[in-house]
Amino acid sequence: MSTEVTDAPSTPRQRVRIQTGEREDLGAREPANGTAPALAGAGQAKPAARETIFDVRDISVSYGASTAIAGVSLKVPRHLITALIGPSGCGKSTFLRCLNRMNDTVPGFGLTGQILYHGNDLYAPRVDPVEVRRRIGMVFQRPNPLPKSIYDNVAWAPRNLGMKANLDERVERALRGAALWEEVKDRLKQSAFGLSGGQQQRLCIARAIAIEPDVLLLDEPASALDPIATASIEELMLNLKHRFTIVIVTHNMQQAARIADRTAFFSLEVSAGKRTGALVEYDETSTIFTRPKDPRTGDYVTGRFG
Amino acid sequence: MSDLESTSEGGTALLDPPDHFDDLFASERLDPARPLTASRQLRRRQIFSRAMESTQTAAALLAVAMLAFVVYSVASRGASVLSFEFLTAGPPAIEETAGGGIGPMIVGTATLVGIATVIAMPIGILAALYMTEFASRRAARLLRMVLDLLFGVPSIVLALFVFELIVAGKSESGFAGSFALAIIMLPLVARASQETLLLVPQGLRDAAAALGVSHWRALRGVVLPSALGGIITGTVLALARAAGESAPLIILSAVFSRTVNFNIFSEATPNIPVYIYKASTAANPYGWARAWGAAFVLLLFILIVNIGARALHARGRRKMAR
Amino acid sequence: MSTGEANPASRLRALAARSSASAGAVDRLGDAVLRGLCVLAALLALAALAGIAYEVIDGATLAIGRFGLGFLVHTTWQPNFKVFGAGVMLYGLAVTSALAMLLAVPIGIAIALYLAMVAPPRVRNVIGPLVEMLAAIPSVILGFWGILVLAPFLSSDMEPFLHSAIGFLPIFGEPSSTGAGLFTAGLILTIMVVPIIASISRDLFLTVPQEMKDGATALGATRWEMVRGVVLPSTAPGVVAACFLGLGRALGEAIAVAQVIGDGKAIQKLFETGNTAASAIALEFLGAENRLQASSLFYLAVILLVIGLIANLTAQAITRRFLIHRAMTR
Repeated sequence: MSTEVTDAPSTPRQRVRIQTGEREDLGAREPANGTAPALAGAGQAKPAARETIFDVRDISVSYGASTAIAGVSLKVPRHLITALIGPSGCGKSTFLRCLNRMNDTVPGFGLTGQILYHGNDLYAPRVDPVEVRRRIGMVFQRPNPLPKSIYDNVAWAPRNLGMKANLDERVERALRGAALWEEVKDRLKQSAFGLSGGQQQRLCIARAIAIEPDVLLLDEPASALDPIATASIEELMLNLKHRFTIVIVTHNMQQAARIADRTAFFSLEVSAGKRTGALVEYDETSTIFTRPKDPRTGDYVTGRFG
Repeated sequence: MSDLESTSEGGTALLDPPDHFDDLFASERLDPARPLTASRQLRRRQIFSRAMESTQTAAALLAVAMLAFVVYSVASRGASVLSFEFLTAGPPAIEETAGGGIGPMIVGTATLVGIATVIAMPIGILAALYMTEFASRRAARLLRMVLDLLFGVPSIVLALFVFELIVAGKSESGFAGSFALAIIMLPLVARASQETLLLVPQGLRDAAAALGVSHWRALRGVVLPSALGGIITGTVLALARAAGESAPLIILSAVFSRTVNFNIFSEATPNIPVYIYKASTAANPYGWARAWGAAFVLLLFILIVNIGARALHARGRRKMAR
Repeated sequence: MSTGEANPASRLRALAARSSASAGAVDRLGDAVLRGLCVLAALLALAALAGIAYEVIDGATLAIGRFGLGFLVHTTWQPNFKVFGAGVMLYGLAVTSALAMLLAVPIGIAIALYLAMVAPPRVRNVIGPLVEMLAAIPSVILGFWGILVLAPFLSSDMEPFLHSAIGFLPIFGEPSSTGAGLFTAGLILTIMVVPIIASISRDLFLTVPQEMKDGATALGATRWEMVRGVVLPSTAPGVVAACFLGLGRALGEAIAVAQVIGDGKAIQKLFETGNTAASAIALEFLGAENRLQASSLFYLAVILLVIGLIANLTAQAITRRFLIHRAMTR
């Protein structure tokens, strides 16, 4: 935590620090329970437990014959930022894409275990994956605006969903919510491809929040961006968590330390010649970065591994 | 630059507490604990989406059914007349009688296509080499455009061109037909060769140059042999296309005898496409029967070549990928 | 290292060993000769295109001089009176091509969407080549099948049905007796154009990046909404280009159309006979009664060449712009 304060010279960083302060207040109200077993879900062990959004129970994911992740259990609490970190190939993105059933379209995808979302099984037979994705929005690694104007990028999903009343207002608010309105308000009719990478990514966030989801999943949203654009995305997330529950995959440990309330460390386990992703430790971010219980976590966050 | 500005803009938005969300989301806020089954509105959208998928599937099945229908029509009518005599004998002296065969037409089509290949293949390969090895970017693009346009010229127009060039004032000839078929094959051979040559790693050429091997030796000894499979596949496909091409031959090599002849410069060469065409314009069931047989032979050849080339191509691709 | 890699390398070493011994004048000569041959081949291709344009226009000068642009609208075609107008042929060209495109564009795009978006890869790898096989059927066989199999079916079943169902539309008219006519020609052209549009569009749809499709899917879109929102708009220019290529094919097809269109000499309704520019050339060129008739057929060829090249160039221009656009956005 202290490292990011000292190496934060720019203005955006300072704002981040203010937010960090807020989070530490939150932490004070909800002291981490050091004795709770990490894998059982830290959220559960808190005195003033937050509502659980995702309750992941021992899931394993396979593609064809190969197992991508095995035996992952964790609980994602409401209105917090939960970060998933770990070396590349450890299955953190696969895990994230299970949370809104984006893996359904991948050939050979198979899942065992249970993911409860507000107590409902996400993979129950009568669940419509389209309804799932409508409630659990997602932002991807590379900005992927639709081949449409800026306005239509935001208005497209609401139109599909029949939210046609006050569409202009909805678009404006979503763009404001993504801190993009002032930059694009005079060129809403222009192609979204004309925006910079950082702007495109914020547009993707705007279009995701325009349909008022419950959760936002972010898959390394800043990895394709320059540091300045990254900082603005991070600010935005700290803002958005007041409205949405956020789960973010990042390969950038400083990023996780800066913005996340909870952090889950995934690792690549090799057994019998097969490489499988597994959850090693899940706890308060400060615990993960300063007092990890598992030596592998410690090695990773201090840069000795990965 | 715009990213810098964006950050400062983002900053002002941040200083405001994020109130605008409350306005935005105060409306129709859904209960997150509601079951995840499709709402009525979503059910409607899903039904529409599946209906579109069914339509698309039906369209694909329709195309396959058309293919099956045409192939079945030809095969069921054509297979019954197939015999050794049919493949070797000429048509009867009087068209309105049964029996006879299409031997001279098979030989003639093979001759016409063979000559066309002999003309088109070297020119096509050299033109492809020009595009990949010698030409400037602009020249290569220009030649590519010329080849694409040549490919787009209606074959009946091509026939009139060759008629003016070779036949006008003289008589029809098999060579004129082959010449037109060669022009049809040229862009196909050239583009297929070009695409294969582009797949040959540039490093191979650079290595040759670094070793002091002259350009033409490198091409002949290394580049062309590596690309040979693709070039031959492309040429064979072009050949199959030329074999079924009828428009030029109807103008250039239509009035032919019932026997095999190799006087390609002075006489029309009997060929399968024109024989089928003529049968289709006459009300003569005996001629139709022979034409179905001819169509079956031609179609069989073309489909086999296409399937074979496709298999070779797939194998070549896999090899290149490895 | 695969054997495919090792072979050229060993050949290269052998070449290098030999050429160091025998370098010099022979190599320089070889380079020059090869280069010259390649340039010659390129020039031949260019010459063929220029020659086509020249010879066809040259053949048409007589008719162009006699009839001028009025040729395009006059509908009389009477060789014995030496009066020629292309109105009937251009009408037939427009009607058959329009019918073919009207059917082939939606069908072709639907097939492409099925192959690229709906079919499992294994099914795609079977059906895709089958659709392309449809394009490999020689047009003369398709025409032969058209007049002997399709046309009787149309005249006995399809046309009476269409006439009774939507015959109030003035274009349809009475069913024909033989089945030969504009309608049949349009259907045969449809069969030829569908695989062109389907295979090019499928290739285009398959190039749409997964992440772009995921973006729409993650917004709670159904598969069709994703296709409408992402796949079609991002490939639209290429699909239009594919349609133009298909149109070029439909416009220029002579033989299959000549076999099934019935060689009509007047502007008639859909189920009746007609002619197109290309079919008229195929049907009349060898039997031309006088030089003016032959020249008029050349005039038709000029028209065909111009329309065909415009369709082809349009397709090329669209794809080039499209590719540039793609390069910029990716």
